[in-house]
Amino acid sequence: MSAVVLHLDNVTRVHGEGPTEVHALRGVSFRACAGELVAVMGPSGSGKSTLLTIAGGLDEPTSGTVSVEGAVLGSLGNAGRARMRRTSIGYVFQDFNLIPALTAAENVALPRELDGERSKAARLLALAALEEVGIVDLADRFPDEMSGGQQQRVAIARAIVGERRLILADEPTGALDTDTGEEILRLLRNRCDAGAAGVLVTHEARHAAWADRVVFLRDGLIVDESGADVADELLEVTP
Amino acid sequence: MSIRQAMLALLEPEPMYGYQLRAEFEQRTGATWPLNVGQVYTTLSRLERDGLIEHDERVDAAGAADAPDRAAQVMYRITPSGRGEVSAWFTTPVPRTQPPRDELAIKLAIAVTLPGVDVGALIQQQRTATMTALQDYTRLKRSGRASRPDQPEDLAWSLVLDSLVFDAEAEIRWLDHCEARLRRAAAEGHLHVPACPTRTADSEEVRP
Repeated sequence: MSAVVLHLDNVTRVHGEGPTEVHALRGVSFRACAGELVAVMGPSGSGKSTLLTIAGGLDEPTSGTVSVEGAVLGSLGNAGRARMRRTSIGYVFQDFNLIPALTAAENVALPRELDGERSKAARLLALAALEEVGIVDLADRFPDEMSGGQQQRVAIARAIVGERRLILADEPTGALDTDTGEEILRLLRNRCDAGAAGVLVTHEARHAAWADRVVFLRDGLIVDESGADVADELLEVTP
Repeated sequence: MSIRQAMLALLEPEPMYGYQLRAEFEQRTGATWPLNVGQVYTTLSRLERDGLIEHDERVDAAGAADAPDRAAQVMYRITPSGRGEVSAWFTTPVPRTQPPRDELAIKLAIAVTLPGVDVGALIQQQRTATMTALQDYTRLKRSGRASRPDQPEDLAWSLVLDSLVFDAEAEIRWLDHCEARLRRAAAEGHLHVPACPTRTADSEEVRP
């Protein structure tokens, strides 16, 4: 069994109070291990985005605990959580969230620089990450000079720079066409095969199928899970 | 029917032995629709009967039926009317006359009308099973010769996998749709369907 990178233990999240209170998560326990890509599927309102923001330390659970690489996020304080987000957790959004005034390399280097890395060293790490996602030649372009697929690659480079071990992706292919979306999934998959833990939130079954495990969320509860048993009924015919 | 057309089309560029035809077919389609030897030779003899192919004169025609060993040595070539049939196949859309029998749609159609069936559980179980198949297809797609197709046959195989992927995806989308419809119907009080193992109407729109 590989190391558990992300562990949610009986997490609930209630928004609002009294008659308008909404239970986004109702007691979710969930793990993602090193080398594993887990997809979370569910209709809108099932709690899947809440799960991801809580896993990434962008939101806090009402009860229950979240640990990343053994550290309980709730006990870290704001500064500690922010540091965790810069060093251990990479986040990929549907709409890329790149800073328009910065080049690709500067966007990717930013979390390293914020973490105190000298800018030259941060740039080298950024170039390595851009190399991994196949667009090192676009390092000095600005986001508006790139296609959607290229921007999402930059966002993935930013999420993995500095060897972060937890990659959280919220509908990362939502704004992309089928082919480009598949390339993005391939990158996430490769990163997990190389040892990161990945959590992919999506409503598209075709994209979820890239994961080792698919977790189904309904009304804030995990209702089922499809495992990773290799049932190779369609063995390839070797030439 | 499609196997017959496919075999005939494969003979168009050059004459082939029966076992070669089978290999060429599987090169393009993996083991998705496995062909057994008997099926290959039955199809070939029907194609020959219909004048669409002819076999190498050196071997006795009866060989195909009686002795598979000898049949394997028989080489088949396409006739002019066979070529006509192939070009007609490629220029005519596949008919969508009658929807093929769909066990899942039938099962669900019956289940929603019977009082004792947990339709929500039925849908979830099916979705998990279909998702597992979809994961398997995706694994085949990203590994092996389908992942980096550099031969036309590899590209063909990866497109066949795509077809399986899109089918499975369509089934999952349909199941999601059925679940949502049943939950809405239950919330409006039209039905007493346990459409989901958890809650109903009040938590329908949970948005942070």
